[in-house]
Amino acid sequence: MSFFTMDFAKKKEREMERKLRANDREYNLSFKYATNAIKTSKYNVFTFLPLNLFEQFQRIANAYFLILLLLQLIPAISSLSWFTTVVPLVLVLFMTAAKDATDDINRHKSDNHVNNRKVNVLINGQLRCEKWMNVRVGDVIQLENNQFVTADLLLLSSSEPLNLVYIETAELDGETNLKVKQALTVTGDMGDNIHKLAAFTGEVRCEPPNNRLDRFTGTLINGGQKYSLDNNRILLRGCTLRNTEWCFGLVLFGGPETKLMKNCGKTTFKRTSVDRLMNVLVLCIFGFLAVMCTILAIGNRIWEQRWGSDFMVFLPREDGVNASFSAFLTFWSYIIILNTVVPISLYVSMEVIRLGNSFYIDWDRNMYHACSDTPAEARTTTLNEELGQIKYVFSDKTGTLTQNIMTFNKCSINGKSYGDVIDCNGQRLEITENTETVDWSFNPLADQRFSFHDHSLVEAVKLESPQVHNFFRLLSLCHTVMAEEKKKDELLYQAQSPDEGALVTAARNFGFVFRSRTPESVTIVEMGEQRSYDLLALLDFSNVRKRMSVIVRSPEGKLCLFCKGADTMIYERLHRSCSKLMDVTTEHLNEYAGEGLRTLALAFKDLDEEYFKGWQQRHHVASTALEDREEKLDLLYEEIEKDLMLLGATAIEDKLQDGVPQTIEQLSQADIKIWVLTGDKQETAENIGYSCNMLREEMDDIFIVSANNPDDVKQELRNALNTMKPGAGEEATFMPVSSLGSKIKEVKDEEVAGEYGLVINGHSLAYALDHSTEMLFLRAACLCKTVICCRVTPLQKAQVVELVKKYKQAVTLAIGDGANDVSMIKAAHIGVGISGQEGMQAVLSSDYSVAQFRYLERLLLVHGRWSYLRMCKFLRYFFYKNFTFTFVHFWFAFFCGFSAQTVYDEWFITLYNLVYTALPVLGMSLFDQDVNDTWSFQYPKLYVPGQLNQYFSKTAFFKCALHSVYSSVVLFFIPYAAMNDTVRSDGKDIADYQSFALLTQTCLVFTVCIQLGLEMSYWTAVNQLFVWGSLTMYFAVTFAMYSNGMYLTAPASFPFIGTARNSLNQPNVWLTILLTSILCVLPVVAYRFLLIQLRPTINDKVMFMVRQAKATPAPRTRRAQVRRSSTRRSGYAFSHAQGYGDLVTSNRFLRRPAIVPTSGFSLLGRTTGFSPMGRSAGYSPTGSAQNNRPQHVEATSLQMFSTELDHSF
Amino acid sequence: MMASGYNAKEEDGHPAGVTVHGVGGPVTVKNKKPDNTAFKQQRLPAWQPILTAGTVLPAFFVIGLIFIPIGIGLFVTSKNIKEFEIDYTGVDMSSPCFNCSQNYIWNSTTPCTCSVPFTLDQPFENNVFMYYGLSNFYQNHRRYVKSRDDSQLNGDLSSLKNPSKECEPYRTSNDKPIAPCGAIANSLFNDTLGLYYIDPNGSRTAIPLVRKGIAWWTDKHVKFRNPGGNDNLTVAFQATTKPVNWRKPVYELDPSDSDNNGFINEDFIVWMRTAALPTFRKLYRIIQKKPNNLSPTLPLGQYVLDVTYNYPVRSFEGRKRMILSTISWMGGKNPFLGIAYITVGSVCFFLGIVLLVIHHKYGNRNNSADIPH
Repeated sequence: MSFFTMDFAKKKEREMERKLRANDREYNLSFKYATNAIKTSKYNVFTFLPLNLFEQFQRIANAYFLILLLLQLIPAISSLSWFTTVVPLVLVLFMTAAKDATDDINRHKSDNHVNNRKVNVLINGQLRCEKWMNVRVGDVIQLENNQFVTADLLLLSSSEPLNLVYIETAELDGETNLKVKQALTVTGDMGDNIHKLAAFTGEVRCEPPNNRLDRFTGTLINGGQKYSLDNNRILLRGCTLRNTEWCFGLVLFGGPETKLMKNCGKTTFKRTSVDRLMNVLVLCIFGFLAVMCTILAIGNRIWEQRWGSDFMVFLPREDGVNASFSAFLTFWSYIIILNTVVPISLYVSMEVIRLGNSFYIDWDRNMYHACSDTPAEARTTTLNEELGQIKYVFSDKTGTLTQNIMTFNKCSINGKSYGDVIDCNGQRLEITENTETVDWSFNPLADQRFSFHDHSLVEAVKLESPQVHNFFRLLSLCHTVMAEEKKKDELLYQAQSPDEGALVTAARNFGFVFRSRTPESVTIVEMGEQRSYDLLALLDFSNVRKRMSVIVRSPEGKLCLFCKGADTMIYERLHRSCSKLMDVTTEHLNEYAGEGLRTLALAFKDLDEEYFKGWQQRHHVASTALEDREEKLDLLYEEIEKDLMLLGATAIEDKLQDGVPQTIEQLSQADIKIWVLTGDKQETAENIGYSCNMLREEMDDIFIVSANNPDDVKQELRNALNTMKPGAGEEATFMPVSSLGSKIKEVKDEEVAGEYGLVINGHSLAYALDHSTEMLFLRAACLCKTVICCRVTPLQKAQVVELVKKYKQAVTLAIGDGANDVSMIKAAHIGVGISGQEGMQAVLSSDYSVAQFRYLERLLLVHGRWSYLRMCKFLRYFFYKNFTFTFVHFWFAFFCGFSAQTVYDEWFITLYNLVYTALPVLGMSLFDQDVNDTWSFQYPKLYVPGQLNQYFSKTAFFKCALHSVYSSVVLFFIPYAAMNDTVRSDGKDIADYQSFALLTQTCLVFTVCIQLGLEMSYWTAVNQLFVWGSLTMYFAVTFAMYSNGMYLTAPASFPFIGTARNSLNQPNVWLTILLTSILCVLPVVAYRFLLIQLRPTINDKVMFMVRQAKATPAPRTRRAQVRRSSTRRSGYAFSHAQGYGDLVTSNRFLRRPAIVPTSGFSLLGRTTGFSPMGRSAGYSPTGSAQNNRPQHVEATSLQMFSTELDHSF
Repeated sequence: MMASGYNAKEEDGHPAGVTVHGVGGPVTVKNKKPDNTAFKQQRLPAWQPILTAGTVLPAFFVIGLIFIPIGIGLFVTSKNIKEFEIDYTGVDMSSPCFNCSQNYIWNSTTPCTCSVPFTLDQPFENNVFMYYGLSNFYQNHRRYVKSRDDSQLNGDLSSLKNPSKECEPYRTSNDKPIAPCGAIANSLFNDTLGLYYIDPNGSRTAIPLVRKGIAWWTDKHVKFRNPGGNDNLTVAFQATTKPVNWRKPVYELDPSDSDNNGFINEDFIVWMRTAALPTFRKLYRIIQKKPNNLSPTLPLGQYVLDVTYNYPVRSFEGRKRMILSTISWMGGKNPFLGIAYITVGSVCFFLGIVLLVIHHKYGNRNNSADIPH
């Protein structure tokens, strides 16, 4: 396939620069740019057969069988009839083709779906509804709110002031918080004037198509003027337009040339480790086959020399064939006969088993999420057994571990904690879905989605307690949220961080409704009374300050400073009189932190008018200072934010998804290491680490690596390593960095006493992933029980996964929900997407999708484990069965003059794998389970053998082969000895070739059936049916083939006439069969029994216990949710970006007036106001965040945004 | 069923649709919840056998206890079968057939005969079966095995005239198709054996040898058929020629019985059923027990085997034997099965004891107390 595409790419000249002219299709067509149609399908009706066959024969196995088939056509070599190979081969080709065809049909469907989406295109001065695929480069198209961006566009104009548009880039980078793009003024002035737009003939020259999402360079030439274009003017395909009525854009790149498609890349074809092992084994088998054939060929050479030449009186050789040439022919003949060591049905069966196990995943009700109506889905059907071998899980945080919902959960006001439901006995109740929530009917402006359980807080508000009022007043005043009121009394908050949104929403519900703001004032409705506060100063948040303050003047003229921030920061600045309250509040804070809540302390201060005036003056001076402005401002802020009066604290819950801590607990019981890779801030990530039980108070140490240069990172890692394993750090330094392209070393698993955690941030990670440090990092990380990487870019996520993949012989799994997880999902052995939200790229590129993180437990511990177990059992048994089958030929060779005579009937050879033994083994591999799911959960350690490859490895394979050798010896020599010179009970012959063949094959069928019975630990009715059915089938088919009727229709094809009747009625034949079967199985039973007795595996133990328990196990002792009394405080969880305050107080960020402009466009669907679902609290990655280079100042989207605005003003 | 509590609310029991009370009454919405069938949920009832001491040890003892008696029975039966074997290849100078084997000439008109005297030191009762045995004769060689035309042997006329290519190089001779064609037929065993009892007074009594009933019924009646029925074989085989090694055509194989000629000649059929191993025996004649049943079929005493030595085996170090054997329910003499059964049974029993000891000593390791959770 790649062969073709490469060829195609070569033919096409490399585009150096893109030139296009708006509204000029003819001009643009001359460049032959790709249209907006996308094509991910591989075949069409005509190319399907040749292309698919070509692809199929590229697989070694298929090619091998084709060669075999060709060999069989040579009469001198052909030791088997052609049909023995053709029948299976055709079957295999057909089944694979059918599967490929369905896959491709699905791709066609999804292509069609996307290509047929509608969009308004400006054609000949008119807006026309066109399909996406008909959009051409250079077209001007109109997008409406909540529409997907059709292609990569140059933004021309929009409905919003200043030609802004808001977009959500979830599909591109996974961030659902809005980003702002702005059109050039020159194009923006056209507005929605169709005539102007149609007359627009701007010419664009820009970079050729590429995959860099964060960069764009180009120029627009309009009316003789040149305007430079950058990323801020570009809307990329895959984004969604939000909060914007409409916008117009000029198509720059279409379809396959869009950055989205360029980023998709070729989906790498994932193979499981079992597959890779199989490839090695198959090669070994080929080698072994060649050795066997060589031995037999040499044998033939000797035989022909010694006896064959003499035997020529009765068996003349063909002309021109001497002993050596005969040996040569024999070699190939044996290649044909012994080809069953690599049976073609192996591959088909493997696919069938995987498919079956994938269906089980789709069908599992325990992985069905009722709320979102989403079942789990196995999107790839070829990786199942790998699910049973996972060693490392890389998890995204937001949307995966957490629900991405921030809720105002608890608060402490003036030393009293609210938020818990207390029953009449004073016991704290667990809050469940059924707990009564507070009724907000007293407040018409309340957000009904907000729920709170503690009625006493409402009572406190209603009692007009001044502290409580001040508390909520602060929450409604001190923030940077924007309010939008599209309809009367229907407020929508646009919060930059979900935490803030949650706080403001809480205040709103408790009767302090933030209504609107201007740069100078904030209007709130206080208990139904509208009041406007003058906003005199906004002391913005920064990472260092970890707090923000506002200075407001109340309508009564009182000056007040409200401050909220990290408790550590606030506490340092409190007035002495608060010390008592501090102690109580600290207790509460500890409690909240122990529950994994994100806390903020709130404080206020009344200001003296005179003092403030002076301060304001100085503030003005400082803020216009040219030098050291930041420092000066900081000093001023520091000066005024002191002697604060503590109001209380808030606790916000970053809601975990259901069952996350339990799942993580279970997974770590199963020796699965979980690394959290998140774009979030370090504090947030740590917090979640604690609430998920990944980081624990009682851990010996938690290393935090946050250095900003390579040496420090190295040193910190080394220190960590030394702490865990004295001396290891130095040793690691001298570990040779894999140089000179030497083969990649494997980092062995190391044991360390104690539990450690590692938290590393994005900048440090960039250094840690450097070639010289990566080993150090990997060793340190692998020694830790928990690894959390925060502030990482999508690329780094993938790099971390790659690093582990490269040096650890371990199977990795990445789970995530956003497009920013795509890279790691693709990089990991298994990618799991969290489904349920629509159009999620993560799901699209994932191998499995589940609705909730907790289903991962079942996916791995039950489905994965079973799949792996089944696949390994299947492979072991399958190799056994075929080796045994084949090796008998080897022994027979010594008694038939190495003439490549088969032991069995040709029909038996043809049908053995397809009919007689196919179903029982399939049945086993589809139904087998050692212990049921409940027990699997009970004993997560059952998962460990999979990680260690214990069920199927080279050793296991070797054992299989030895077992087969033994069985084949028994299978050949017992019938040989029993039949030697024996006659029937009526004196007639029975030692003839045909009877012998029948005897041996019957023994073989019985032996493999019994062996299967030994392997199978779960005999369902279906298995019984398959096993007994196959045995019956064997006899039915045998008797049918050896019947008179068949012989008389085709004497040449069915020469075994009567053999079955004449030999299977002999007692000694049956005695031989019994003896052979028992003898084949006895040692196996004894060996296994001994193993169970002497060295029982975990499986043996659990199975034995299940047997003992008979009934269902005791329900899993649920670890009671321990309320940790924690001294650890969630740091400053106020996830917020610096610089926002600047915007709020400037005029620039103000949205359009509340009244909807009469633009004639109706709003489509919901408008995203503030919903407490904003993504990734506080971290708004921008293009720059994708770089690995460290920055001293973290640029945020808003900073970029403001700087951009500065340019335009 | 998952044991954890948090998903208990989604446990089974919900209908596969959610009833939504909307405008216009309840509407059942089809959702994507998978069906709750035992098959799809992998909860099919199953028997789950495991190897425990309670099953394995008794199994070993039982197998042992069953196998040993069977073995003894087989061994005794085999022991009671009388068998006499004599090699008449004529390798040694002293052998009566030495001359014949030395001076073998293909197609010699005067057959070489030799007489091999032997003594039976015990009487053979009931029907006695006379076999010829060949050693080092690769009837199971691939090229040999396939060198036949079953259609032709089944009486197919077109194959008679145009034998299969598999028969090469014995397909045609002198431009005439060979019937029966192929290497197997060509190498038909053609020694004639006669058996004489030497009375103590020195006179020879020919022992009647029955030459019919020695082939499988299916072979004789289904697999092998003469072309054009059994009437006038000479005409049926007119356009064909005899195999090159043969002295007489196929329709004259048994001069004594016209129904035993052509492809259905039983000696021929027996030969055509190729042996599995290079050393084999084939039923030659049956010596039926005497009607009075009082005297043994072959009383002990002196016998002479008259051999018409036609079949050359010396060139490939082959051996020719004549075997006389009585039979039992388990066929001919073969001590192997009996011994094997006794051995396997004893080993089983012994293993059972060893495993029992081991189980008692170490079996407590299997307790579940130390399963890591």
